[in-house]
Amino acid sequence: MTDVEFPVSVEALRRIREDPHRLGHRGHPVREVVAGAGHGLTGPASKRIIVGYGFWIFLLSDFVMFACFFATYAVLQGQTAGGPTARDVVDPTRVAVETTALLLSSFTCGLSFAATNARNKLWTQVFLGLTGLLGLIFVLLELQEFIELAQRGATPQRSAFLTAFFSLVGCHGLHVTLGGVWLATMMAQLQVKGFRREIMHRLVCFNLFWHALDIIWVALFSVVYLMGSLT
Amino acid sequence: MFGNLSWSAIPFDQPIPLITSAVLILGILGVLGLVTAKGWWPYLWREWITSVDHKRIGIMYIALGVLMLIRGFADAIMMRTQQALAIGAAHGYLPPEHYDQIFSAHGTIMIFFAAMPLVIGFMNFVTPLQLGVRDVAFPTLNSVSFWLTASGALLVNISLFVGEFARTGWLPYPPLSEATYSPGVGVDYYLWAIQISGVGTLMTGINFVTTVLKMRCPGMSYLRMPMFAWTVLAASLIIVAVFPILTACLAMLTLDRYFGFHFFTNTAGGNPMMFWNLIWAWGHPEVYILVLPAFGIFSEVFSTFSGKPLFGYRSMVAATLFICIVAMMTWLHHFFTMGSGPAVNTAFGISTSVIAVGTGVKIYNWIFTMYGGRVRLTVPMLWSLGFIFTFVIGGMTGVLLAVPPADFLVHNSMFLVAHFHNVIVGGVVFALFAGLEYWFPKAWGFRLHEGWGKAAFWFAFFGFWVTFAPLYILGLGGMTRRLQHINVEEWRPMLQLSVVGVGLIAISAVCQVTQLVVSILKRDQLRDVTGDPWDGRSLEWATPSPAPFFNYAVMPDVEGEEAYWNIKQRAMETQQMGPEPTYHPIEMPVNSSVGFFTAVFASIGGFALIWHIWWLAGLALLGAFAGFVVFAWRDVHEFEVPAEVVAQVDRARRAARDAFLARLRAAEGEPS
Repeated sequence: MTDVEFPVSVEALRRIREDPHRLGHRGHPVREVVAGAGHGLTGPASKRIIVGYGFWIFLLSDFVMFACFFATYAVLQGQTAGGPTARDVVDPTRVAVETTALLLSSFTCGLSFAATNARNKLWTQVFLGLTGLLGLIFVLLELQEFIELAQRGATPQRSAFLTAFFSLVGCHGLHVTLGGVWLATMMAQLQVKGFRREIMHRLVCFNLFWHALDIIWVALFSVVYLMGSLT
Repeated sequence: MFGNLSWSAIPFDQPIPLITSAVLILGILGVLGLVTAKGWWPYLWREWITSVDHKRIGIMYIALGVLMLIRGFADAIMMRTQQALAIGAAHGYLPPEHYDQIFSAHGTIMIFFAAMPLVIGFMNFVTPLQLGVRDVAFPTLNSVSFWLTASGALLVNISLFVGEFARTGWLPYPPLSEATYSPGVGVDYYLWAIQISGVGTLMTGINFVTTVLKMRCPGMSYLRMPMFAWTVLAASLIIVAVFPILTACLAMLTLDRYFGFHFFTNTAGGNPMMFWNLIWAWGHPEVYILVLPAFGIFSEVFSTFSGKPLFGYRSMVAATLFICIVAMMTWLHHFFTMGSGPAVNTAFGISTSVIAVGTGVKIYNWIFTMYGGRVRLTVPMLWSLGFIFTFVIGGMTGVLLAVPPADFLVHNSMFLVAHFHNVIVGGVVFALFAGLEYWFPKAWGFRLHEGWGKAAFWFAFFGFWVTFAPLYILGLGGMTRRLQHINVEEWRPMLQLSVVGVGLIAISAVCQVTQLVVSILKRDQLRDVTGDPWDGRSLEWATPSPAPFFNYAVMPDVEGEEAYWNIKQRAMETQQMGPEPTYHPIEMPVNSSVGFFTAVFASIGGFALIWHIWWLAGLALLGAFAGFVVFAWRDVHEFEVPAEVVAQVDRARRAARDAFLARLRAAEGEPS
């Protein structure tokens, strides 16, 4: 599907302004009609809106998947089978560094998009690179945490609690890792192809994805690490 | 090197799967040979395999669904005959370990690979046409969705020949499905096949939510959308909300089985009941994903063949969205017997009963649509009338099961089996056959033969009741489901009667195939010249049959409910078509093979993971990633259809319709 068929949209705009009753808005003031927004009056939305919208729907579905792992964690939290509890597992110092790295990466990600909007390839790449670097720090710290826990015998096979812990935290870590792979691919693509329309759309999606992972982390940090260190 | 895979995986000692798969493999080789000999590969590759046209993808979904429907029906025949034979001293012809695989495969195939592809096929084929647009929101993603579904279907069918399928039922309840109690590859086949096709379905959901909400032709406001489009939106919303639960739930079981995690084990604090909750939090909404578009099909059929607008359109929209939401609040009624306590059971009993209210609204609306209308008893209408009768009874037994104390008595009995077949066959399958008949001309340019269609309906309708009415009685009499051998001699007559019903359904299936063959042979007599064979009311009938790949030469401009009906009435009143529009070039998405290659890598990867061939799985993952990068790197996304081509197609359509108007004038001129 291409972008809005503007002749049609313009025609619809004119008709609505001149003849509001035809579209059944009786008794209501006519809403301001925006061409390309896909509100049903002016035909299909523009590709940019469609891509961003569709990606949001995907992110919502991803939130539902995380919700399942959160729910599982809530159910299995106390099932330690005599093994380590949440308090034994949590290391506040490391998690503080992790959180800082991830939140900072969201900030640099936002800066990269500001540069994208200014069509500045150099700064876009610099900030995307920084985002990836901070993401890498986060993943490596998490990996270190997992390895240290495993060395202490706290593996996911030990108890249902640890199963839920590793899966929830690991699922987020996997998302960040895949996001990093995506980021690297995008940077290469941007370098070769420049700010083309579909690459702009993908950058919008990547930004949405990266910020969504932050939202998940805030919930994860609160439920697993904060509540874990308090119990 | 090959993980757990060895020659012992092939069931040389079991004649039934061996012969079946030999016949299947010969059949597939025969088809492939024919395609090669005739030189059809370039055509297939260009027009179908790499096509991103929503209509082509829809037709492929439907073809896949029909094939799997036949496969699932073969399992059903085996189950019914085994139960009728294995009574008392006799033991039938299926050993327990094989019988268990058959009922598991039957449920899995029928829901995931027959009903889902058929429903999604109609969503694909019809939705953009009804909304007056040229494609779905993400055409290439759509192709990926289809091929992932096909990949899942392939894996399930490979299990017939290499290894075994799950023996755990269509939903693999732990702890039985854990590695301790199901050490074979059966459950792994299930997990990877469903996981792969589930990702495809999730992407379909995302695609259609976006399509319906963001891609409608000018003037198509929400309350002007045809009912089917509304049900597609509701079903897609449910897909987006619940398929991630399935993904998560199956991922957890996979972790349990492959790495010894403790989500659902009965050791180390795992909780099997959590699986029941998660799987049914997906599983119950799933039946509404199937039945809502089915309701949409019936709405279109009732309105078209009664010659009236749908009665209570707005209440129908409200009922659809009500069902969409309440569907996600009833899952616990699948395990009232788990012991959640009276308060929880009551809450879910009430929510389950309440959802019947929304459905009741719909039933009345359909009946009132017919009231005072000019009802034409065509084949789609017969299926719809059969549906009302069958579905109302199925719904009422459902309300019975929604009462927890009553449910305790018939939990996991043949009564339950009869109930869900009653609603899924009577609700979904009847709708699919109605839809097949209704939209077939739009896909291929000619109608299906009326006589054979009617025969198929009557055999299916009576066949259904002769099969399942005895199962209701057996269930009330205490027969539990999934029995490989029956000890109670008194159940023999009912079980045998049920086999007679299966025979009638088989005759119906033969009628359907005959109908297709006869229709193809007589296609010139059955040709749909104008593109509006049924005197339709929604936009898909405004375009020629078969619809051109760009759907509409000029994007329709909608000025009221029942978009096409209004345009048509105006043309008939003034006895002429509107002025010829100005034609513009159209941009359409280019073909892409990314869907096909993703599915190839997914199939290889899934197979490798099932058999623990780790290097191959890694290779497949790498291949899939490389495929995506190649796709992302492409430079041409769209091609332009020149205005002359568009004009040519549209002028042919206008000529056909002008001829129709002339015939109409001539007919009015004669004294009646």
